[in-house]
Amino acid sequence: MKMKKASVFLYLIANIFNTLEIVAGLVLTIFGAVCAIIKPYAVQEIIEGQYTAKYKITQGGLNQMATICLAIGIPMLILSIILMILIKKASKWPRPSVGTNGAVMLIGLLDGDIILVLAGLFTLLARRQDPDMKEEQNHLGLRASRAIGNTFSYIVLAIISVVWILPFVFIVLQSFRTETTSQVGYILPKQWGLDNYLFLFSPDCDFLTWYFNTFIIALACCILQTIMQLMMAYTLSRFRFKLRKPLMNIMLILGMFPGFLTMIVLYQVLKAMGLTQGNAVGGLILVGVASSGMGYYVSKGFFDTVPKSLDEAARIDGATRFQIFYKIILPLAKPIVIYTILTAFMGPWGDFIFARLIAFGDPNGYNVAVGLWSWLSQSMISDYYTRFCAGGVIVAIPVIVIFLFLQKYYVEGVTGGAVKG
Amino acid sequence: MKKSTTILYKIGFILDLVGVLVFLALLITGIVLNNSGSELYFPVTNTAFDGNTLVTSGIIGLVVGLIALLFTHVGMTNARMRPAWKRVQVSALVVSILSGNIFVLIASILAILDAKNYEEKIHIVYKDPLTYLDFYKKERFVFKVTQFFVAIPGFFKKIGIAIGRFFKKLGIGLLNFFKNIGVMFVKGSWKTKVSYFVMGFGNMARRQFLRGLLFLAFEAVFIIYMIFMGASSFSRLTTLGELATVQYLQTVGGIQTPVVKYIDNSFNILLFGVLTIFFVVGLLYTWYLNIQQSYTLDLLQKAEKKIMHDKDDIHALVDQDFYKTLLSLPLIGILVFTILPIFFMVLVAFTNYDKNHFPPTNLFSWVGGSNFQQLFVWSNSGGASFSATFGQILLWTLIWAFFATFTNYFLGMMVAMLINKKGIKLKKLWRTILVFSIAIPQFISLLYVSKMFSSGGLVNIFMRDTFGMTLPFWTDATWARITVIIINIWIGIPYLMLITTGILMNIPADLYESSKIDGASPFQQYMKITLPYMLFVTGPYLLTSFTGNMNNFNVIFLLTGGAPKTGAYYGSAGKTDLLITWLYSLTVDQTNYKLAAVIGILIFVVVAALSLIVYNLIPSTKNEEDFA
Repeated sequence: MKMKKASVFLYLIANIFNTLEIVAGLVLTIFGAVCAIIKPYAVQEIIEGQYTAKYKITQGGLNQMATICLAIGIPMLILSIILMILIKKASKWPRPSVGTNGAVMLIGLLDGDIILVLAGLFTLLARRQDPDMKEEQNHLGLRASRAIGNTFSYIVLAIISVVWILPFVFIVLQSFRTETTSQVGYILPKQWGLDNYLFLFSPDCDFLTWYFNTFIIALACCILQTIMQLMMAYTLSRFRFKLRKPLMNIMLILGMFPGFLTMIVLYQVLKAMGLTQGNAVGGLILVGVASSGMGYYVSKGFFDTVPKSLDEAARIDGATRFQIFYKIILPLAKPIVIYTILTAFMGPWGDFIFARLIAFGDPNGYNVAVGLWSWLSQSMISDYYTRFCAGGVIVAIPVIVIFLFLQKYYVEGVTGGAVKG
Repeated sequence: MKKSTTILYKIGFILDLVGVLVFLALLITGIVLNNSGSELYFPVTNTAFDGNTLVTSGIIGLVVGLIALLFTHVGMTNARMRPAWKRVQVSALVVSILSGNIFVLIASILAILDAKNYEEKIHIVYKDPLTYLDFYKKERFVFKVTQFFVAIPGFFKKIGIAIGRFFKKLGIGLLNFFKNIGVMFVKGSWKTKVSYFVMGFGNMARRQFLRGLLFLAFEAVFIIYMIFMGASSFSRLTTLGELATVQYLQTVGGIQTPVVKYIDNSFNILLFGVLTIFFVVGLLYTWYLNIQQSYTLDLLQKAEKKIMHDKDDIHALVDQDFYKTLLSLPLIGILVFTILPIFFMVLVAFTNYDKNHFPPTNLFSWVGGSNFQQLFVWSNSGGASFSATFGQILLWTLIWAFFATFTNYFLGMMVAMLINKKGIKLKKLWRTILVFSIAIPQFISLLYVSKMFSSGGLVNIFMRDTFGMTLPFWTDATWARITVIIINIWIGIPYLMLITTGILMNIPADLYESSKIDGASPFQQYMKITLPYMLFVTGPYLLTSFTGNMNNFNVIFLLTGGAPKTGAYYGSAGKTDLLITWLYSLTVDQTNYKLAAVIGILIFVVVAALSLIVYNLIPSTKNEEDFA
């Protein structure tokens, strides 16, 4: 009994070490490969005083590095992968294989790894000692292997989380940096301060105008677009009329044209209406709302799942179609309504394709996306880089807050939309 | 006879194989030559080949050879296994004519002649799917491939029939239209006859004022529009204007100053011309509707039946005709802001609208199909040709769409499975962290990451200060392409994680349990249960996400803006430009509207063709409840 516990425990440790070894081998191999790939971009030979680098990297140095890393990394990787498979078989209770345990012990001996030798030894002994206690052995073995698997999963998940969050942490950190406004090669600011934020709210910066513009557009879009889409989706889901199928086909075909093929026509039309440059807000709302009926797919998919018998029951009770829509379907479709509102609200915050064209040349008509984008142009980036970060943080905060609150509905909408196509 | 067929097929197969190997050798030689920069001298004809020629001919030959090889093999197997199946032999025959393989040609003809001696057993497969289960593995694959190729003619036939049916319907409709106009004029009452000229009269005479006024108003608007804008634009639609500007001298206070007066504006002529066409079609339809309604009212009055009044009309609009109320606004929006502009831009593709022909100072005019002709001209005079650039950008667009779709799909699925794994705690936290990155507007995150990897950005400054070297993330074509794909993974995984999580949970758990009892490993479970299920359910989604990625403007534009730019491309396109970003820069930066329109149409063609083919292939669109 104790023997087996020890064996399971030892294999657990061996497995963790082995996992680490795999990671190390992988890192070394990748590092070596990267060294080999970037070799042509390194300095050919060092001329005194050319770089103020701590480590001066030459092509020869990279060559050496690549050779060493690959020479160690690849065998390490292969060996540890083989070992992983062996360990899995060797620790598989209730029937740990004798052969693999022997092999593990042999590798342990050659490698000088005492844990492996002991683990193999204990397993073999334990196997001989109590061959009948299958229930408990099974339990222990399962728990051990699951623990190993979970540890590995947690490591991967932690790495993923860091990779996904890190750039946003960088943005926030950079927005508090005050020693320079240009790009630098380090992450933690040397001087902290609110200068960048103060600049955004100072009178000689148009940021507040842009923010207000975007907010108006987002508000108008989220109300009007939602109404248009729901009208479209409800009709196509509930009514059967002669032109229904042709209408849906036409909209499918129209959707295959790239969206801003028509950019220039719309620009000219809006210009004739006086809705460009300084008045771009009106133009953007008009264009955003006018064709929004074409995005009815997700909501229609949802309406299709609401049983038709509800409609029929209400009709028998004397409700008109309008009342059915307003009093029965709409409350039931709350998640999809919220999803539509959410996406319609978030869209304008990142829209600059059309906005850039319409508002061209007049900062009063910019939205945040166009405005902040203009700050990163070649000539402005060195003065405005940290301010861009600050602006980005301010833009992102309300959207994130709303989004995280309504996350449930968003997930529902995205999932439903994908499955129904 | 059968024996000779088989032997001929075998010889043909070996010849095909040799051909493929020769072209492979050519391709490799070409690549080697390209790297060393030398040429291959061919003494017999006294010509020299450079690497590019060899690579091109190698690739073309290889593709043709592989297709020929496949068809020869399929033909050979079928001649032996099911000699009655003529269709396969015909396709082998066609391909052998293309590849010029005389042995396969003769063999397939022999097989076709031979076919009538056998019973047509194979057609059972179409009628009884169970026969398919008797096939061995290789046979199934061959069957699927042949079925795909056999289906192609049928596919085109289907489209042809659909088009034919459409025109037949249109013809009958038009015929009825004219016939009914005549019939109703003769048979209708005087009220109907007046309606032919004053729209809505028939309705108003029966106290349907609402309908009548609407008809009348439409007629009035039409007449006013035609007088003030439509007629003049429409009449000049054929030339798009003849005179752009007139210069004359004006005497103001004794000083002569030159004044420019704008006469014809091609843009407005085209726009209002198109609008007029829409208007005329609309008027014809409403005019017909008005006569028809009046005539129906005649009949109703004769039969002394109830006539709908205004109150009934209004009530109908919120009840049985509620759809008309709901659809009117969105459809008008779509008509004016989508259909009309698309129609206009399609027409622009047949003009010379660019910065040298820019109204109001200049006119543009019809040039027919010459913009499309440029696509097929492979001239290298004066720098890069449009056709070559288009080909290369289309290729990169497809490569990008492929990698962007499938890397995200599989990695997203893996992350979802990782989070959903039994025994993993804090599931909600991991999910929220990923969802968090969706919430941040893309232009912030993408622009930030773009600057992070730029030559003066965080990563490269760090690299320079510590290692003394910089990496060409956005300046080297290959680096830029790979970096873009990798960053797109960062963008895309959260969405895919959300989508796949829901579907993964829907997979019946007993499938896993029973397979575990049968001793399946996790990998086998994934390959045999998870993946087929996912592919089945998300088939349509994969298609939309592929076409969506082809048009993924944001990622490319914000990350690279198409950089690195290259002189080898036409119209200052860059190595990471997709068709859609190229269209954007042609429109906004180059003012080359005619080519932008051409590209837009071609994107449509590619997307439509892909969708048609794939929708005909994937199972889940055909039989929705098929998966066990």
